[in-house]
Amino acid sequence: MAGAGGGGNDVQWCFSQVKGAIDDDVAEADIISTVEFNHSGELLATGDKGGRVVIFQQELESKNQPQCRGEYNVYSTFQSHEPEFDYLKSLEIEEKINKIRWLPQKNAAQFLLSTNDKTIKLWKISERDKRPEGYNLKEEDGRYRDPTTVTTLRVPVFQPMDLMVEASPRRVFANAHTYHINSISVNSDCETYLSADDLRINLWNLEITDRSFNIVDIKPVNMEELTEVITAAEFHPNQCNTFVYSSSKGTIRLCDMRASALCDQHSKLFEEPEDPSNRSFFSEIISSISDVKFSHSGRYMMTRDYLSVKIWDLNMESRPVETYQVHEYLRSKLCSLYENDCIFDKFECCWNGNDSVVMTGSYNNFFRMFDRGYRQDVTLEASRESSKPRSVLKPRKVCTGGKRKKDEISVDSLDFNKKILHTAWHPQDNIIAVATTNNLYIFQDKL
Amino acid sequence: MSSENLSDTQMEYEDEKQDSQEKNTNLVKGEEVKLKAKYPGLGQKPGGSDFLMKRLQKGQKYFDSGDYNMAKAKMKNKQLPVAGPDKNLVTGDHIPTPQDLPQRRSSLVTSKLAG
Repeated sequence: MAGAGGGGNDVQWCFSQVKGAIDDDVAEADIISTVEFNHSGELLATGDKGGRVVIFQQELESKNQPQCRGEYNVYSTFQSHEPEFDYLKSLEIEEKINKIRWLPQKNAAQFLLSTNDKTIKLWKISERDKRPEGYNLKEEDGRYRDPTTVTTLRVPVFQPMDLMVEASPRRVFANAHTYHINSISVNSDCETYLSADDLRINLWNLEITDRSFNIVDIKPVNMEELTEVITAAEFHPNQCNTFVYSSSKGTIRLCDMRASALCDQHSKLFEEPEDPSNRSFFSEIISSISDVKFSHSGRYMMTRDYLSVKIWDLNMESRPVETYQVHEYLRSKLCSLYENDCIFDKFECCWNGNDSVVMTGSYNNFFRMFDRGYRQDVTLEASRESSKPRSVLKPRKVCTGGKRKKDEISVDSLDFNKKILHTAWHPQDNIIAVATTNNLYIFQDKL
Repeated sequence: MSSENLSDTQMEYEDEKQDSQEKNTNLVKGEEVKLKAKYPGLGQKPGGSDFLMKRLQKGQKYFDSGDYNMAKAKMKNKQLPVAGPDKNLVTGDHIPTPQDLPQRRSSLVTSKLAG
């Protein structure tokens, strides 16, 4: 099939753009660590291991080319976080951007939260397209005039100038996390947000940086008894009192902040019972949830574990309503995947705008889409080979055994260094951003 | 691998499903056997505290001033040993020097995505 798409039409995905260097020698700093569209889809932000943020803006559709949606071009780039060393704890703090989350737009400026392992920052991105000219006490080049030489007064006026996009840090939320921050999530109230590390979740007010409330604490009194950690957390899209957090044991807890100040007692616990006869050394590791995302509707949530994507109905805790296998053929490779640490890779997942299709990444620069309504799935590849403008992506297939058909790729030939961990879907349109190790691919549906 | 009984023909679908689940289990158990053969001492607590603790301690570097001074005193008459290629080793006799510490420089170069 050509593709999986919302509405059941055979969506054909086409290459649109690719960002980043072509050379194979990838510097650590260039490894992309997060990708996120803003609420309108006009802006697309990426964060990397070097602590830098690059924001792309979609060009307005041109009337001359109605069959093309606007391209994404660089809008702003800045150094969000720098490497630090905590001398007290002898701890290196990476500058890698773990997550970026946009705030809904309130005025002309755009705001986003970016976080590394320890510190969250609120950045303001604003445009400047005019500047005041005609000062009385300053020359045009900025030098101060001798006041005694001023004989007349004039009113400075704003004159147009070339567009300048400025990014400035407005808030720095520091020193609230002992462990490594894995998630941030802005509340639907647009006043607060949560940050989650391995053992704790804190609630912040966007205006206040010197104080945060601890709302979840799963640290055991005796660390020897530690059995699970928090892997991801997210606020409900429209219920400002509700959030969920996932664990390394494959459970998701839904908490209601109205119930108590400290939400250690969950309101709901989502867990799929495991058949004890299936239990193995790998069971817990592959059940660890690497990402949790609410649907736009707020009725469902999606979790990603090592081999599958699961859709949960918030009204049913006993088991997911849908399970999609991402790359089940890896079951026969778990031993080597454990040895090369790939079994610990944290894949993310995302919903399309109307919650009908979900997407997640895999290895060999493959990514997968699952159409929930039409029960179709497709595997596509982000590669330079299929990067001709508007060329339709060909579905890929992994051969699991026996005779390998032409165009199929065998499990043993998969490149496990080419992982797609981060993907994002435009909030309304069929435009997706897929990050390979150091390149950002943008695909669109064929109009 | 498939050792299920075929006498229950009405539940063919269930059998098939169980088939593939059994196959999966066998695949995974096979992988587990392989792993335990390679690393006999591996985890009494599978996926438990050991690897969780490692995850919590990511980024931690150790320096013990007592070790450092003892090693320096011991080495008074000999050449000071330089830290080995693995700079993350817990210090014992290794004496870290400023040259050995990893450079903590921020990226001054613009991201290639913006190029």
